[in-house]
Amino acid sequence: MIDSLYVAWKYISFSKIKTATLVACIALISFLPISLQLLLDESERQLMSRAVSTPLIVGAKGSALDLVMNTIYFGDEIPELITQRASELVMETDLALPIPVYVRFRARGHPIVGTTLDYFEFRGLKVAEGRQLALLGDCVLGAKVAEKVDLKPGDSLVSSPETLFDLAGVYPLKMKVVGILEKSYTADDLAVFTDLKTTWIIQGLGHGHEDVTKIKDTSLILKRTETNVAATAKLFNYAEITDENIDSFHFHGELSSYPITAVIAVPHDKKSGTILRGRYLSGEVSQQIVRPEEVIDGLLQNIFRIKNVLDAVISVVALATILAMVLVFALSLRLRQREIKTIFKLGCRRATIVRLLASEIFIILLISAVFCGALVLLVDSFANDLVRMLFIR
Amino acid sequence: MIRIQDLKFYYRLGEFSLDIREFSVTKGEKVAVIGPSGSGKTTLLNLVGGIIIPRQGMVSVDHIKVNELNDTGRRDFRVANIGFVFQDFELLDYLNVLDNILHTYRITGAMSLDKGVRLRAAALAKEMGIGDKLKRHANDLSHGEKQRVAICRALLPRPKLILSDEATGNLDPANKTRILDRLFRSVEQHDATLLAVTHDHELLKRFDRIVDFQDFQRNQGF
Repeated sequence: MIDSLYVAWKYISFSKIKTATLVACIALISFLPISLQLLLDESERQLMSRAVSTPLIVGAKGSALDLVMNTIYFGDEIPELITQRASELVMETDLALPIPVYVRFRARGHPIVGTTLDYFEFRGLKVAEGRQLALLGDCVLGAKVAEKVDLKPGDSLVSSPETLFDLAGVYPLKMKVVGILEKSYTADDLAVFTDLKTTWIIQGLGHGHEDVTKIKDTSLILKRTETNVAATAKLFNYAEITDENIDSFHFHGELSSYPITAVIAVPHDKKSGTILRGRYLSGEVSQQIVRPEEVIDGLLQNIFRIKNVLDAVISVVALATILAMVLVFALSLRLRQREIKTIFKLGCRRATIVRLLASEIFIILLISAVFCGALVLLVDSFANDLVRMLFIR
Repeated sequence: MIRIQDLKFYYRLGEFSLDIREFSVTKGEKVAVIGPSGSGKTTLLNLVGGIIIPRQGMVSVDHIKVNELNDTGRRDFRVANIGFVFQDFELLDYLNVLDNILHTYRITGAMSLDKGVRLRAAALAKEMGIGDKLKRHANDLSHGEKQRVAICRALLPRPKLILSDEATGNLDPANKTRILDRLFRSVEQHDATLLAVTHDHELLKRFDRIVDFQDFQRNQGF
C-alpha cells in the first residue's frame, strides 16, 4: 500500500495543475456548507444567548426586530424614540426593574450606550481597569473597543457628530475614559458606555456655558429680564466636561420627557413578567413590550429557511462538481491508457491499478480535506466578527 | 529455455498473422531476431513474454507452458523470470530515473524492494552511464538515455530470460557497444538467455545465432 501511495503521490505532484484544480473544487465545495453551518451555529449561539438573557424590552411601536437589535446588539437601525417616562412607568408598576437604554450616537465607529449602573449589574459586566461611571462626561469602554482605539483610563474619546454639515445638529463631546470592562465576548465588548445624561448632553439637550448673569459682552445677550436672561447662539457651549465647568452643565425641561431608545425590563419573577406584558396589550399604550427570545427566534427561522434554499443550491453545485470530477478521472484514465498498458506489461495486476487510482483519489481527497479544514478553521476564528458583520450590523 | 510449437497468432481486425511450426532457444543462448518491419518480431517477443497468448499452439519458457497459465499466473511468471526491454521504452514520465528502474518492484509486489536493490539499481545506472541522472524525470531524458533506463529496469531483477526489442536502436556507436557488453555480461553472469530483436547488422556477429524472421516465416521453422 505504501508503494501504491508513493507512486500515486509522484503522479499527483507531477500533474500539478490538474491536482490543484481538483483540490480547489473539492475543498471549496466541502468548505461552503461546513462554513455556512458554522456561521449559522455561531449566529444562533450569539443571537439566542443574548436574547435569552434579556427578559423584556419596552420600546416604541414599530419594528420589534429593530428594537431588539438596537437594544441588545446596539445595531445601526435606530428605532422610534420613547421618553424616559417609559422607564419611570415600568418602575411605578413595581413588577420589574427598568434599565433605560439610549443607543443613538457613535464614537470612532463604536456605539455609545447611554444607560444606568443597573445595566452593568444586569449583564454582569465588571471593570477590568480604572473605575465605573461616576461623573457627567465619563465613559467606560468595552474590551474590544479599548483594543481597537488603543485608549486607557485617563485618555479622552470624542463622540462623532451626526452630520458634519448641520451646524445646529449634534456637536462632538470630548468624554473622559475612566474604565475598561472585562471581556464578555458579547456586543458589550464593542460599545462605549456612558451615563444617560451624558448622551443627552451629546444630543445637545443638556449643556454647559458661562454664567449668563455675569456676562458683560452685550452681543451674547439676546434678552435680559429681572427673572431670566436669554443668550444668543454666539454663546460658547463647552465641548468637554471638566472639574472646572461640570457645575455649569444643566438640562432644560423635565428629564422624564428626554429621549431613550428602549427600556430593558427585568421582572421580579415570571408572574410579574406576564402581568407587565399584559399591561402593554392595550391599544391605548403607545409603547410595545417584546420578548427578545421570540423576536430572535423568528429571525433565526427566516435565516434557516434561507439556509435550506442555500443547502439545495450547494447540493446541486456539489453534484455538478462530483460529476465533473468523475469526468476528469474518466478522461484522465483514457489519456493514461498507454501508462496503464505499460504497468500491465511490467507485470502489474488489475487490482494494483485499482489500488494506484484509489491511492490518487485518496491523496487528492486528503489534500482537499486539509485545505478545507484550514479554511474552516480560518472562518471559525473569525466567526464571531463575521456573524456580527453579516447578521447584526 | 524457449520452445514454440504449432503456434498460430493473428489480430482480430488486422491482416497480420504469425505461424510458427517449431522454434526453440536453448538456455544461455544469445539469439538475434532480424527482419523487416511488420514481420512479427515484436509479436514473437510478446508471445514468449506472455503479454499476448497464441490462438493456437504452445509457448513454453523454462519448461512452463506460458500459454496455459491464467492471466495472473502469466504476470507472476513474467515478473519472476523475464526481463523485457520494450521497443518504445515504456517509461513513466512522472517518475524519475531511479523510480522508473525500481518500478517493477513497487507495482508487482513480487519482489521486496530493500536497500540492496536500491544500491544495485544505482550501480547499474552508473554502469550504463546514467548514474548522474537518477533524480531526473523520464521526460527530461534523451532517447538514448531513456533506452538505458529501460534496460536497467529489465536487468535489475536478474532475470533468467531477457527479451530485448531494439535495445540499442537509439544509441550512438560508443554507447551501443557499452550497452551490449553489459547486456551480454548480465546474460553470462546469471546464466540467462537473450532473445533480441535488432536492425543493427553490425552487432549480429556478437550473437550465438541469428534468426531472419522473413525467411523463418517463409520456411515455417528452423
